Amino acid sequence: MIRNDYIPFPSRILEVIRHTEIEYTFRMEYQGEVKPGQFFEVSIPKYGEAPISVSGIGENFIDLTIRRVGKVTNAVFERYAGDLLLLRGPYGNGFELSDYQGKDLIVIAGGTGLSPVRAVVDYFSEHPQERGRMTLISGFKTPHDILFRQDLKRWEESMDVILTVDCAEEDTACQIGLVTKYIPDIPLGDVKNTAAIVVGPPAMMRFSVQGLLAIGLPEENIWISQERKMCCGLGKCGHCKIGDTYVCLDGPVFNYTKGKFLVD
Amino acid sequence: MGFCIQEAQFNAILKEWQKQYHIYAPKVYKGGGRFSDTDCIRYGEISQINEIVFDRKSQYSFKEILTPVSQTLFYFTEGETKEADGPRKGAVLFLRSCDLHGLKRLDDMYLQNGPADYYYSRLRENIKIVLMGCGHSFENCFCVSMGTNQSTNYDLSIDRQEDGTYLADCRDPQWNRQLAEAGCASQEVVPQYVTENAVRVTIPETLTAEAADSRLWDQYDSRCIHCGRCNFVCPTCTCFTMQDLFYSENGKVGERRRVWASCMVDGFTDVAGGGSYRQKNGQRMRFKVLHKVLDYKQRNGYHMCVGCGRCDDICPEYISFSNCVNQLEEAMTEVKQK
Repeated sequence: MIRNDYIPFPSRILEVIRHTEIEYTFRMEYQGEVKPGQFFEVSIPKYGEAPISVSGIGENFIDLTIRRVGKVTNAVFERYAGDLLLLRGPYGNGFELSDYQGKDLIVIAGGTGLSPVRAVVDYFSEHPQERGRMTLISGFKTPHDILFRQDLKRWEESMDVILTVDCAEEDTACQIGLVTKYIPDIPLGDVKNTAAIVVGPPAMMRFSVQGLLAIGLPEENIWISQERKMCCGLGKCGHCKIGDTYVCLDGPVFNYTKGKFLVD
Repeated sequence: MGFCIQEAQFNAILKEWQKQYHIYAPKVYKGGGRFSDTDCIRYGEISQINEIVFDRKSQYSFKEILTPVSQTLFYFTEGETKEADGPRKGAVLFLRSCDLHGLKRLDDMYLQNGPADYYYSRLRENIKIVLMGCGHSFENCFCVSMGTNQSTNYDLSIDRQEDGTYLADCRDPQWNRQLAEAGCASQEVVPQYVTENAVRVTIPETLTAEAADSRLWDQYDSRCIHCGRCNFVCPTCTCFTMQDLFYSENGKVGERRRVWASCMVDGFTDVAGGGSYRQKNGQRMRFKVLHKVLDYKQRNGYHMCVGCGRCDDICPEYISFSNCVNQLEEAMTEVKQK
């Protein structure tokens, strides 16, 4: 008998971590296989389902960082620790840690793009011996939009962290400028042995990849993660299709040699 | 084995089949057309052979039997979910060759692209196919170009004769016995199929995704009204969207459905926060056309389009898919020159 993949399972909210007015991390009870960069379909009956990427992985939990921007996510924000959300997944390929192990690593994240890559950064922050030099460039619109402040502080101890905002009205501790501004100054060793992960809005990813190619990184050393509307996560609903590629099955993480051919 | 079946014999056989199967075939919905006083020909349950429309093309395909327009997946009751009931009977589908080729595409999408789909396979499991032969081509058909004009993977084929009898070739052992026992005269039968259409398409060998950069698509920006009818009549379009529904009498009880979606209609690519892709109608046309004659083949090894021509039949703006495909050669030349 074929498994019914559409019926969600209930998961308890263990903790709600507030980053900004509209971005919370929900720590959800979960035991099972999951990789950074994969996603779950999160739902609340009556409001529907939304694909949310895993922003953290623990022994008995996963973190889902959710932005309050739609029907489903609005409803999710009415839930508190102890309440239940419905989940199904994980879906997608996720980041393969082995692609980055033993290499210098550059991570460039735009806004909530930091969520899907957070578990990768966390892993290499805790296992610095498994990689070379590591640089994280994390950009947000304004100081009010900064996510994972505590993590960013903690990561500073083991890697170069550049926290930047596009604009700020008041004096701020972080730097001002687009993430692409910092790419030429990344300290580089052997580019052939340097890997990069770029996650964020489409334009930000395009220009960041251009920047990385300009400083000499080979295409095959760059990975990107795509965000699309997904109603199933199972290669059926068709919303995430780009050319011959289904982002939910073949992605959302793509090596740039493949990712560069994805034209919506 | 081949048979000549009389109308009364066929009706008796249908009655027998109904014990185990729903029988679906193209039939007339009087006054159900898109304009006043016109009829609609689409799939529905039949119990008499003369209900089946042989002389015209069905405006909608058979796909709604296997992928319903709106399909309840499960019910919510407070903390509980209950899976929607499956079908009690199997189904006999009367299909033309193009649609039977379309069924292969549905199968590959729902059973091979990612994990097999539970709800599709539940409806697909117990299906019998009756091939309706085509004595002549209909308007806008281009099955010959797509190589879908002939089929052999049927349980029974039927061709309606002018005298009201049906010539049938049966490949199902049980049905063979049934037809013989019903006293149907045995004779050699080869199902009819067309070998020529008025419309021909040529998909260029050199076609690549670069065709997306052609100016070809611009003409559809204003001509197309992104209504999505072409997707809904297509036997190979399978996209859907999830929808939660709650009962107004009791807000604690509801259901999750999947409903047909269209890559031509607004909202198809909307992501949270207001982002969307392919806002121009021409770009949506490009996405659809290249899926049918390029992307799908790259993934599955054969073309998605079956050449039924229903998209051309239904378009309120008289946009022709086959005409668009025939412009791809020129589009490739154009982008190569850039």
